[in-house]
Amino acid sequence: MRKDPPVTRENQTADSRTAESRKAFLEVKNLQVHFPTDDGLVKAVDGIDFTLERGQTIGIVGESGSGKSVTSLAIMGLHRRSKAKVSGQILLEGEDLTTVSDERIRALRGNQMAMVFQDPLSALHPYYTIGNQIVEAYRIHHSVSKQVAKKRAIDMLERVGIPNPNRRVDQYPHEFSGGMRQRAMIAMALVNDPKLLIADEPTTALDVTVQAQILDLMKDLQKEFGSAIIIITHDLGVVADVAEKIIVMYGGKCVEKGSVDEVFYSPQHPYTWGLLASMPRLDRVRTTRLDPIPGNPPSLINLPSGCAFNPRCAHRAEVEGDRCRTEVPELLEAKPGQSARCHINPARRDEIYARISGQKQGRSNP
Amino acid sequence: MLYYIIRRSIAAALMLVVISIVTFFMFYAGPTDPARLTCGKNCTVSSIEANRKALGFDKPVPEQYASFAKGLFAGRDFPDDPVFQKENPDKVTHCPAPCLGYSPLETMLVTDIVKERLPVTASITLGAFAIWIVFGVGFGILAALRRGRLVDRGLVGAALVLYSFPAFFIALLMYQYLAIQWRVLPAPVYVPLFESPVLWASGLLLPWIALASLFGAAYIRLTRAYILETMGEDYLRTARAKGLSERTVVFKHTLRAALTPIVTVAGLDLGQLMAGAAITETVFNFQGLGRAVVQSVRVFDLPVIVALVIVAAFFIVVANLIVDVLYGVIDPRVRLA
Repeated sequence: MRKDPPVTRENQTADSRTAESRKAFLEVKNLQVHFPTDDGLVKAVDGIDFTLERGQTIGIVGESGSGKSVTSLAIMGLHRRSKAKVSGQILLEGEDLTTVSDERIRALRGNQMAMVFQDPLSALHPYYTIGNQIVEAYRIHHSVSKQVAKKRAIDMLERVGIPNPNRRVDQYPHEFSGGMRQRAMIAMALVNDPKLLIADEPTTALDVTVQAQILDLMKDLQKEFGSAIIIITHDLGVVADVAEKIIVMYGGKCVEKGSVDEVFYSPQHPYTWGLLASMPRLDRVRTTRLDPIPGNPPSLINLPSGCAFNPRCAHRAEVEGDRCRTEVPELLEAKPGQSARCHINPARRDEIYARISGQKQGRSNP
Repeated sequence: MLYYIIRRSIAAALMLVVISIVTFFMFYAGPTDPARLTCGKNCTVSSIEANRKALGFDKPVPEQYASFAKGLFAGRDFPDDPVFQKENPDKVTHCPAPCLGYSPLETMLVTDIVKERLPVTASITLGAFAIWIVFGVGFGILAALRRGRLVDRGLVGAALVLYSFPAFFIALLMYQYLAIQWRVLPAPVYVPLFESPVLWASGLLLPWIALASLFGAAYIRLTRAYILETMGEDYLRTARAKGLSERTVVFKHTLRAALTPIVTVAGLDLGQLMAGAAITETVFNFQGLGRAVVQSVRVFDLPVIVALVIVAAFFIVVANLIVDVLYGVIDPRVRLA
């Protein structure tokens, strides 16, 4: 799954670091999304910060219910104001999306920022042809005739590698295979040349060979359109393949972030260790079983006190006293550009990870 | 698509044949002696036997069904005893195709009974149908869009009240207050449409409203439920993510999907009522098919019962067929199946 990072990736990361001091393309500051419910306040996202430049890809990783999708829907402004309380700042080219009018965000949605959803069969309308749905997406933001829009739709279908686009454009979603449907979904998202593309588990419903095709397609299109991509997934392999930066979310908070290389080669948080240990890897000889993280994701209404991960953490003994249960760890820089939310002494983390990965993953094969 | 329609039509026709056989055998092979019912109180054994022979009830049931089926497609004569026909040529009634039989109790061809009563039932049903579709679906949409607010609660509550009462109670209440005491609506009376369209409509207004409020109540809840269910669909989130206005999302994307199942329910309800809205007809004293069913069952008028059951089955099977075809037009996923 893991490929050698191209040389340019290092350069891009370095570039983006200097860019962070300037005004970033997308800057999310202390984003919080809370849902008041009868059972209490659900803190689905509780303080997320990241920046993203055009041409860059960031991966948001975490279990179900960790707040990944809620984050992306908040950026798209798709939470109903009556149901969700969104606070913090989402600055897209300096414009704060949490405070703009509904009209304004609707003009941006689909146009400046677009979204590709998981499971394209349920995300595409079953009663309208693929062409109609793409034409509709285009004509909201461009006042052109249906014929022009349809030509554009056919062009887009061709660009995303759908054979016979002239015929396929008039077919319905159920007449497409899973991979073709996701390509059509991507064509629809890209029809307005958005600067920001959010892909919410774009490959989850697809089989592995198609996954790889879709990811390659997204990388190619990113080069072509220069868009910024946020990819949301629970599959670390996908992130390793396409992203430069990674955010690991747990219980609505960011527990670790950094460049993909840093997070993959020297993960700093026990939750990330768990994620990596539970991922099958083809580049290692495996002698033991995959190692799942014990327990379940926490309730977002009653987060465990202290570190939200503490009930499932195997390394609490590394921290003196009861700090894991009593004190919420801060997101602190562990290495330049990489931070983690953990009480374990940063100096000890690499050592612990080396020990457990050596033990759990069998003898490494260099 | 044409192949689909042909296939469904053949299936529907076969279904009707089976229904007619089952119905015919159920009633004629049953314990009721149709000949005994044809002569009044002062019956002698010989007169029963004479009637039995004259009406063909002495023949085996399959043979009787064969003459019934022949009458349906080619017409027949009553009584069909050839000896009787030769002796009393003036007493023979010809029943042209499609012949549904002869009712000795009414001394009338069943076909004529149906011909006389179907327009009454059709007038009540079609008018009420139009009203309940417009208001039932309309209010259902309104309730779904204002979910949880006062309008929604009011509509759902009113629908529940209407739906809970028995049909005759609602109809009688409306008759008593709207037509008799307050005189806000004209008294119900049936005037054929071609005699006077105005009197036809005004005379039917009360039955329409009574029947429509009953069905409309169910449609409010049904429509509301389907819309709310559709609102949770992923493709609506996609529609919003494109930047569509909320109005387009609701009226184009949501309704298209939510109202499709309503077509099924509406088609079947319509088919069922076309065969007779017995309670409404009885309360307002309209001589429709529903009343004919009630009357014939009361006196065991077998030819009428059998014919009306088959007519009812015909309407339902046809309604089903139309719904299937419409579904193929509305839902592209059905078309290939």
